[in-house]
This record gives sequence, C-alpha cells and structure tokens, in this order.
Amino acid sequence: MNDAATGTAGVSPAVPTVEPILDVSGVTLQYKTKEHLITATYRVDFQVFPSDRFVLLGPSGCGKSTLLKGVAGYMQPVEGAMKLKGREITEPGPDRVMVFQEFDQLLPWKTVKQNITFALMNGGKCSSRQEADDVAMEYISKVKLERFEDTYPHMLSGGMKQRVAIARGMAMEPDILLMDEPFAALDALTRRQMQEELLQLWDDTKFTVLFVTHSIEEAVIIGSRILILSPHPGQVKAELNAHQLGHSDVGDAEFAQLQEKIHAMIFADRVLEDETLPNV
Amino acid sequence: MSDNAVEIHVRPEFENKNLGKATDVDVERPLSLFERIANINAVRKFSILLGLLFAWEIYTRVSGVEPLLFPSFSESAGALWETILTGEMPTKIWVTIKILLVGYAAGLGCAAILLIWAVMTRVGSDVLGTLTAMFQPLPAISLLPLAMLWFGLGASSLVFVTIHSVLWAVALSTHVGFMGVSETLRMVGRNYGLRGIPYIFKILVPAGFASILIGLKVGWAFAWRTLIGAELVFGALSGSGGLGWMVYEKGENLETTYVFAALFMVIVIGLLVENVFFRNIEMNTINKWGMQR
Amino acid sequence: MSDQSVTSSGVYVRPEFENEIGAAGTGEVERRLSMFERISNIDPLRKFTILIIMVVIWELYARIGEINELMFPTFSATGTALIDALVNAGLLVNVWNSLKLLLSGYAIGISIAAVLVILAVGSRIGSDLLTTLTAMLNPLPAIALLPMAMLWFGLGPGAIIFTLLHSIIWPVALNTHSGFQSVSETLRMVGGNYGLKGLRYIFKILVPAAFPSILTGLRIGWAYAWRTLIAAELVFGGQVVDTSGQLGAEGSNSGGLGWIIFESQMENQTPYVFAGLFMVILVGITVENGFFRNIEEKTVRKWGMQKA
Ligand SMILES: Nc1ncnc2c1ncn2[C@@H]1O[C@H](COP(=O)(O)OP(=O)(O)OP(=O)(O)O)[C@@H](O)[C@H]1O
Ligand SMILES: [Mg+2]
Repeated sequence: MNDAATGTAGVSPAVPTVEPILDVSGVTLQYKTKEHLITATYRVDFQVFPSDRFVLLGPSGCGKSTLLKGVAGYMQPVEGAMKLKGREITEPGPDRVMVFQEFDQLLPWKTVKQNITFALMNGGKCSSRQEADDVAMEYISKVKLERFEDTYPHMLSGGMKQRVAIARGMAMEPDILLMDEPFAALDALTRRQMQEELLQLWDDTKFTVLFVTHSIEEAVIIGSRILILSPHPGQVKAELNAHQLGHSDVGDAEFAQLQEKIHAMIFADRVLEDETLPNV
Repeated sequence: MSDNAVEIHVRPEFENKNLGKATDVDVERPLSLFERIANINAVRKFSILLGLLFAWEIYTRVSGVEPLLFPSFSESAGALWETILTGEMPTKIWVTIKILLVGYAAGLGCAAILLIWAVMTRVGSDVLGTLTAMFQPLPAISLLPLAMLWFGLGASSLVFVTIHSVLWAVALSTHVGFMGVSETLRMVGRNYGLRGIPYIFKILVPAGFASILIGLKVGWAFAWRTLIGAELVFGALSGSGGLGWMVYEKGENLETTYVFAALFMVIVIGLLVENVFFRNIEMNTINKWGMQR
Repeated sequence: MSDQSVTSSGVYVRPEFENEIGAAGTGEVERRLSMFERISNIDPLRKFTILIIMVVIWELYARIGEINELMFPTFSATGTALIDALVNAGLLVNVWNSLKLLLSGYAIGISIAAVLVILAVGSRIGSDLLTTLTAMLNPLPAIALLPMAMLWFGLGPGAIIFTLLHSIIWPVALNTHSGFQSVSETLRMVGGNYGLKGLRYIFKILVPAAFPSILTGLRIGWAYAWRTLIAAELVFGGQVVDTSGQLGAEGSNSGGLGWIIFESQMENQTPYVFAGLFMVILVGITVENGFFRNIEEKTVRKWGMQKA
C-alpha cells in the first residue's frame, strides 16, 4: 500500500478539518420476530472518514450484517443515530450502495451491462442512456468483464457475479460502499484475486468502503481501520489501524502480530465464559 | 485526491477494556400478548372474514336492495341451514361428489396407463405428448354435447367429461415431472437394480412428486369446474340433481337465497379439498422431503 | 515396481512428467449420426407422424366399423364439415365473437387483479384481505355464478363478462401476490438501494422478480376463462331453446363457438360438432404456443429463472 506519509499516526486525533462521512453514535438495533424481540447490537459508536477501508469484524451473530442494514437504511435504530454527511439516515438510497454476499443480488432479467445502467438511471446518477452506457462500460472493464457485458447473470460464475455487483456498486459512486462478506461464498483462489482487485480499484478511485468479514486475515489485508465487535449483542470492543498492511505483508512479523492481537481480543470472551461457567 | 498524504485519515487506536455485560437491555424478550395474537395468521384472516360478512349484512339491510336480486347473509345462511335439515342439500352434495370421485379415479387410472407406456417406450412418450398437446387445451365441457349423444342424459355423460378434464392435466404434469427427474437419481435407481414398474413407483413418482401434485391439484380444479358447469348445462336440458343443477334450478325459480346457499356449499367443498386434503398430502410428502421451499 | 523406487515409508515414487497437449492425434472425436437416426430425432416430425397415424386409424375405424355418422363421423366428413362451416357458415365470425368476449374479459380481469395486488403490497391488512378473498372465491367455479349473473345483468354479454372476470381475477391475483411474497430479501434490498419506491418499485423489481409466478397465474386465468366461456355459451344455448334469447337468435350469426357446438348438436349435425371442437382446440393451441410460450421464451427462460 502507498501510505508512506502516514508515519505520524496515532498521537493527535487528526487534522481538525477532516469530517467523518458516516457517524454512528450509540446505535441499538433490534429485530421483532413472531414471538420475540431480539437485540442485535447495543449502543455501538464508530466513525468512518473519507477513503477509509473500514472493516467490521466479530464473531458470527454479533450483529455485523445488522449494522450494515442499519447504515443502508433498511432498519431504524431504537436508540442512537446514524448520520451520513451530517444528515440522519431514514431510508435506503443510492448514496449508500450495498454489495451482498448472496449471488442472487443481480437482477436476473437484466444483462450484466443493463444491471449497471438500470442502477445508474434509477439511482439518478445518469439521465441519458448513452451516458449510463459509457459509465457502465468503464466499470465493467475495471472488473475485467468486457466479454460478458451482454450475458445474463445465470450464465456467470459466482466470482463473476460478485465482480458485477462490485462494479455496479462503484459505478454508482456512492458516498460509502457497503460490503457484507462479499467474498465469503467464493473459493480461496478467487477470493484472493478479488481482494487484490478491490485494493487495486481503491488505489484508482479511493472510494470509502464499509466492509464486513469474519476472516481476521481478510480484515487485515483489506482494512485500513478495523472495528472489533463483542459477541451477541454486538458492542464495540476496539478499533485498530491496519492501513500499513496488505497482501504483500502476509507472513510478516507485524502482520502476524496484529492478527494475533485481534485473535486474542475476539476469543477473550470465550475464555471468560469458560471460566465463569463452572461457578454458575 | 492526487496527494497521497491525505488519502487516509489516520487516528489513534483504542480498546474498550471494561466492556460490561449489556445488562440494562433486553437481549431477547417475548412480545406482548396482543402483538403475539395479531401475529397469528388464522386469527387475522378470520376477523377479516367476519368483517366482510358483517359488511354484506349491513349493506343489504341499509340499502334495501331487492332480496330477489341480492339476499342478505343471514337469509342465505338460513336457507343453507334449512336445506341441510330437510336433507335436500346432503342428497345433492352426495350426487355431485359421487360422480366427481368416480370420474377423478377413472381419470387417474387412464393417466397412469398412458404414463407407464410413455416411460417404457419412446413411441408411448410421443403418443402421450401429442394427445396431451391436443386435448389439454380442449375444455372438457365442450365435449358434453357429444357425451350426451354417446351416453345419453345420465350420470355416465358427466363421468365422461370429468375423466377428460382430469386425465390430460395429470398426464401432462406427471410426464413433465418424470422428465425433470435428475440423471443422478435415475442412475441411483438403476444401481439398485430397479426396472419397469418398480422403477417408476419407487424412483420416478417420489422424485417427480412436486410436479405430480400440481397435476393432481390442477386436475381437481378443472374437474370441479367442469362438473358444476356440466350440471348447469344438464339443468338447462333435463333434471339431474347435483349441486350445479341446484344452482341453476333455484336461479330459474328466482329462489335467490337458495342459490346463495348452494354457492356456499360449493365454496366449502372447494376449500376442504384444497386446504385440508391437498395441504395434508403436501405436508406429508414434498414439504417433509424438503422438495419445496 | 522396482525395489529402489519404494521409499522407506512405503510410497511408490515415480518420475514426474508433463504432456504436450494436442501434439498427438486424437481418435474419432465427432461423427454424424445416420440419416434415419437424425430424422427420427426430430421431435415435431415424430409427433406429426403419430398424428397422421391416429387420423388414419380414426378414418378406418369409422368406415370399416360402419359407425353411424350421427354418432361418430369419419375424419373426412369432419374435414368437409369444417371447410363448409368456414367458407359458407362463417365459423370464423363465431370464433371472433367468442374471442372478443374473452379478450375484453381478460383485459378487465387482469387490471382489477393488478389493482387488488398493488393495494395488498402496501399494507398487512390489504394483504390479509386479498388472501382471504382469494382463498374464498378461487375454489368457486365461475360458471356457478352464471345464473346470478343472468339475474343481475340479463341474458347477454354482460352476464358472460361478469362470470369471465370472476374466473380470471382470483387465480391471477393469487399467483401474483404469492409471487411477490417470495421475492428474495436480497433483491428487495437491492431495489431499495436504487431509491425505488411505490409503483416504480413494484413494476421494476417485484413484477420481473415474480414473473414465473405471474405467468402461471395468467395461464391458469386464461384456461379457466376459456372453459367458462365455452360452458356459458352452452348454457345460453340451452336457454335459447326455451326462451329464444338474443345470443344466437335465428338467422343472425352472433353466437360464439360454444353456442355453435350446441346448436349443431341440437340439429343432429355431428360432423359440425366435431368441426367446432376442432376450432376450440386450434384456438387453445394457438394461445398456448403462440402467446404464452413466446412470452416465456422471451422472459423467464432467457433470464434463467426457469429451466427449459
Ligand atoms: N431477520 C432476523 N430476525 C430476527 N433476528 C435476526 C434476524 N437477522 C438476524 N437476527 C439476529 O440478530 C443477531 C445478529 O445477526 P447478524 O446477521 O447481524 O449477525 P452477523 O454478525 O452478520 O453474523 P454472521 O457473521 O454469521 O453473518 C443474531 O443473533 C441473529 O439471531
Ligand atoms: Mg452476516
């Protein structure tokens, strides 16, 4: 990663002129099922700044997807507030585009290109067909799918579908790109390739992304900043820097150290629970 | 963003050391009684039904519409109760149901024979394909005039059209189901040494059951519609007393409340067959086997 | 297996190698089947042959069995009757009369169903109301409403259209609504992400996503409507005998296909009954293959939502 100028990290809380893009403060999110009320996250605070690769990391069921759904506007918090560029989030909109883990997120009745132009035209990014076509082609070539622009999604492989979804998300140039374990359903080789491509794309455009994963390694590679959540109901446990580490550092001492640190934090609770169990 | 130096806003790390248990919040709590009752589908739908009936009753009373044209709910329900007590309704129901059952069973038998032939040989499959393509689009009721010519004005004409309405729907759907059985399952069956009829009933039928059930349902729906329609047409010609004929006869005599009573019964029987009979089969087969979401 | 190459751990170690693919010749990779095999693999051809064989059997049976033409006419008699009816008796006019009613009923019915479903998407009470209504009214054969419809609208097209509407609205609404309900959560969220709301959300996301289900509803609606129409015309035929109502009044040609079948039957012209039935089949096949198959091909098949 090209981050030579970030050596002063950590001492003073940054240059005062930098405003967070996304400000989540004291957010509690709850689900209502047919019989129960379930608290998924509890009073979570975090701030995402421009060009952050902000990773949400935590054990399964701790409410990562729920937080993302909240930011996307699909769920309203029962307490606390989420602000995007200072405005409260109340409903879904094209300024926060979501990339899902599921392969069925592409509209099956549109070709690869149409999927992107449809998003552009309906999301209000482009007003003319021609313009939308051009933007779509630009991003299709960014994810290296030029040969498949007129193919329907059911004829693509899982990795290709994910690439289309990412291209669609980036083409809309949202204030923040939300990704919920976008690579989790891919095989290891494809996943690694997609991670590299994502970082390359980031080098190109420096978009802001909020990324959910439960792989510690992926978090360290992808993330510039990592938020660690406690087990259900999710609460903020720590926020760590990882901007200095990328693919090329896998296996380095620093990389391993950070991985180890995160590992310890996530499993601290496990140990705690084990210890308290006999007493109860 | 040309300047690399301001790409990322680096800020200090922090760790929340004393993360207490989230005790001052319900991690999980049951909903209130009212919320839970309102979540029961059956309760909500039943209240809506009551509301609709109530609106009907009020409408007929307040608007003073001619009972001959549109009787109130209470009058219709009264007529239904009366015909049940006098035994008129049960007799009519039995006449219709008897023909329906005979026709449905015979239709299934014919379909089974055709299907077995179709599975065994390519000629059979082609014959079945051609026949269903031809007769599936032909409304069974349009054969009624011919049936009356061939079998006279009796129950056998009704059975004939009922068979016709069941046969093609079931044959088509089952055939499609058989053809959709995956190559893997077929090979597994062969692997067990199954051939001929056992192969059909032990592998193809269960594997294609989702499709077969659709065929059975469509066949029932067509048969029910055809039979009621046929009884109406019969009513127009002679007297042969099933439910459809009752609808027609009472309509002719302007006994509108009894028409509504008969319509109630038609709906009730339809609901019973669809929601009790077929739902039960569905639960015990494809739902249990996870073949349907 | 030479002794030296077995390692101490018992593994048989053999030299590595790499092949140059494509250097060596291959065997028979692909061979055309014989002419006969290829012809008998053409599906329509085989079915057509079977059709011809069946027609021949029919003709022979009716001739050799010396069946009374009144009971079961020969194929040739049916063919002659069909041509005669088409050329001299204006059978196409009758077909058109039926189709006109059917199409207007279909169009109105679909619009009403659409309105109902759109109202149901908005709220839970709307959704409950629709499911209760469809559950009640879908099992009621539309034709059973004909006597009431004749009472309300008189003996004419109004009554028939009313019954047709009933046969179309419920299956279309039922299937569309359940199709909407099973649209995946992911696709719904994607739609919300584009900022689509209200009608635009319904027509741009829900409708295409639920299209297989909607198409099924349209097909069932058509099948019920077609059957109801023929039955209704038969009942009117019965009415004509005792009330000589307007539908098929003597001399005019205003009746539909069902009425023609009924009338030919009454006049003991069995070949013409067969000719009428033949037209009914033809209309059915045209609608299925010309219309629905085409839509299916252009939508759900192309989008990979339904396997071939
Ligand atoms: N639709 C729902 N209805 C009710 N409860 C839900 C629903 N979705 C999630 N939950 C609950 O909310 C909690 C958080 O779920 P969430 O999906 O956000 O977890 P996650 O961190 O994304 O887990 P994973 O890593 O497995 O994806 C879980 O305890 C889960 O049981
Ligand atoms: Mg998740």
